[in-house]
Amino acid sequence: MAGHNQMKCGQFRTTYEQDNTIFPTPLARGVAIGSIIFLLFAPLFAGPYFLNLAIQIGYYGIAALGLNILVGFTGQISLGHSAFFGFGAFASAWINNTTGIPVFFSIPLAGLMTLAVGLIVGIPAGRIKGLYLAIATLASQFILEDFFSRAEWFSGGTYGAMSNPVSIFGYVFDSDQSFFYIVLFWLVLSYVLGANLMRSRDGRAFVAVRDHYLSAEIMGINLTKYRVMSFGISSFFAGIGGALFGHYLGFVSAEGFTILLSIQFLAMIIIGGLGSVMGSLMGCVFMVLLPELMEFGAGGLKDVFPAFGYGLTYLKEMAIGIAIIMFLIFEPDGLAHRWKMTKSYWKLYPFSY
Amino acid sequence: MKWELFTQLMVNGLIVGMLYGVVAMCFVLIYKSTQVVNFAQGEFLLIGAWVCWAFLVEFQLPFWLGFLLTLGFMMIFGIVLQVVVLRPMIGEPIISVIMLTIGLSITFQALMNWMFGVFAKPFPQVFDTETISIFGLNVQTAYMMSLVISIVIMIAFYYFFKYSKMGLAMRATAFDQQVAQSLGISVKNVFAMAWAISAMVSALAGVVVGMVNGVSQALATIGIKVFPAVILGGLDSIIGAIVGGVLIGVLENLAEYFDSQWLHVGNLYSIAPFYVLIIILMIKPYGLFGTKDIERI
Repeated sequence: MAGHNQMKCGQFRTTYEQDNTIFPTPLARGVAIGSIIFLLFAPLFAGPYFLNLAIQIGYYGIAALGLNILVGFTGQISLGHSAFFGFGAFASAWINNTTGIPVFFSIPLAGLMTLAVGLIVGIPAGRIKGLYLAIATLASQFILEDFFSRAEWFSGGTYGAMSNPVSIFGYVFDSDQSFFYIVLFWLVLSYVLGANLMRSRDGRAFVAVRDHYLSAEIMGINLTKYRVMSFGISSFFAGIGGALFGHYLGFVSAEGFTILLSIQFLAMIIIGGLGSVMGSLMGCVFMVLLPELMEFGAGGLKDVFPAFGYGLTYLKEMAIGIAIIMFLIFEPDGLAHRWKMTKSYWKLYPFSY
Repeated sequence: MKWELFTQLMVNGLIVGMLYGVVAMCFVLIYKSTQVVNFAQGEFLLIGAWVCWAFLVEFQLPFWLGFLLTLGFMMIFGIVLQVVVLRPMIGEPIISVIMLTIGLSITFQALMNWMFGVFAKPFPQVFDTETISIFGLNVQTAYMMSLVISIVIMIAFYYFFKYSKMGLAMRATAFDQQVAQSLGISVKNVFAMAWAISAMVSALAGVVVGMVNGVSQALATIGIKVFPAVILGGLDSIIGAIVGGVLIGVLENLAEYFDSQWLHVGNLYSIAPFYVLIIILMIKPYGLFGTKDIERI
């Protein structure tokens, strides 16, 4: 553990506020703002392939952040995150199709609707925890999945629902280039909200509940309130991510939100790092790029081993499973921890202490 | 009210429920002795059934030999899995252990789909399937056989834990690991044995289901159905697992009956156990027979 928490030379924090900023150093703040500015210009030169990947990373990244708040910060295991993701996608399409509210505003409304559902699903969390909660969320995943294929008024039943492209005051964001900005806007907003939440009283309460719930309760933290609230916040982000996903694809179908997607979300935050805001994004990048890399690799191996050609879908699934297992055994703290270690290594470079 | 359909469904429920009970028992065995929640239990059935299928169809072995080889394979598989993958996880937080078994589950499921395809393949005829009539009910012999096998497994479990040395060692470990270790029980061996036995018995259940319905990916869903059963019965109770399994099996068919007769919502069969699961968790989280854990500071 030595070294990775050390402060940079010349950085003196004299007040509590200084110790609690989002970015630990001015350099980190500069890099973050710089990369956002870089991303603002990215659609001008990035090809459609990379743009598509970036958009995927965007909406999955928002949902992964939500799950990390629930699992990583509050310590509640959820196996039903993709159901919330799907609910957001259906809700946004439904709001837009039935009331005619522009899609730009239906996305946050869908997030709020998903928040309400999350609060209902989170009610058992007030009573049970750990393993039992994981099984309860597993059940809610199946129940919500069943609801999607049944509720024709809401989700179009087994046929699925049409989801219009994002539009506001007559301007339609129907190309990848323009949609990229919508995703970027929500991504930055979510991560700023997420990072700020963790600096607030509520965020500290979440961490206290995770670390030792009995001590937290003794210190005056209302366990039920924070556990259910964590579910709500997590589903809000899932709903936003899902709504973006729906409006990007233009069509939402109940088959897309299976338990496998929930597992992928969990894989993202475990690979990225539980309890790390930026870790969620790192894990998400990893999980989106992994199948692409596999496709790339299998393209070369296909000529030698034909089995890699037709088995690619299964190989991708296996890669997800193996990545989870490998990370849990060899790097349980995830990529965020690895990144910190790398930084601190260079900070002290020629010496080990 | 159609009594004939009703009783028929009840009998089906009982038979399927007994199989759930057997798988739930394997699940509880692992949970009780190693504190690992095995989300890959369904994949044990899948692997067992496919391996047995491969021995019988691809290598054309006689049934008894192929079956014994399958059991041997599953035993080694269980031990290797425990030693290589699960042993490093001892002492890790519960989320890591859950995620690890979920990772195993999707890996094995994809591997099996890749190797054997997603479509159901029939098992070679081992016993002749004819319909016999018991008390006016038509029951396939294959179903009867699966019921008999389930009961035999349960009795075997009972004697194993009551009288055999290994079984006693496993019970002692489940009761208190440190005390068991100080009495000279190798906790490492017990852990490996728990996984081996669980894998073997699950494979047996997988072969039985495969003989009746054909081998396919659908076998893995039994691993999910196990959760309502074990929660209903109590996570750490073997008796509870059997009772829970039977209750869930009957309940599934009851839901099917009400659905087809009155409600007409469709698909209630597969979703009803999960509603029950949530209700139980809300009112009695430790199930019918589970021990309530009391936390002391």
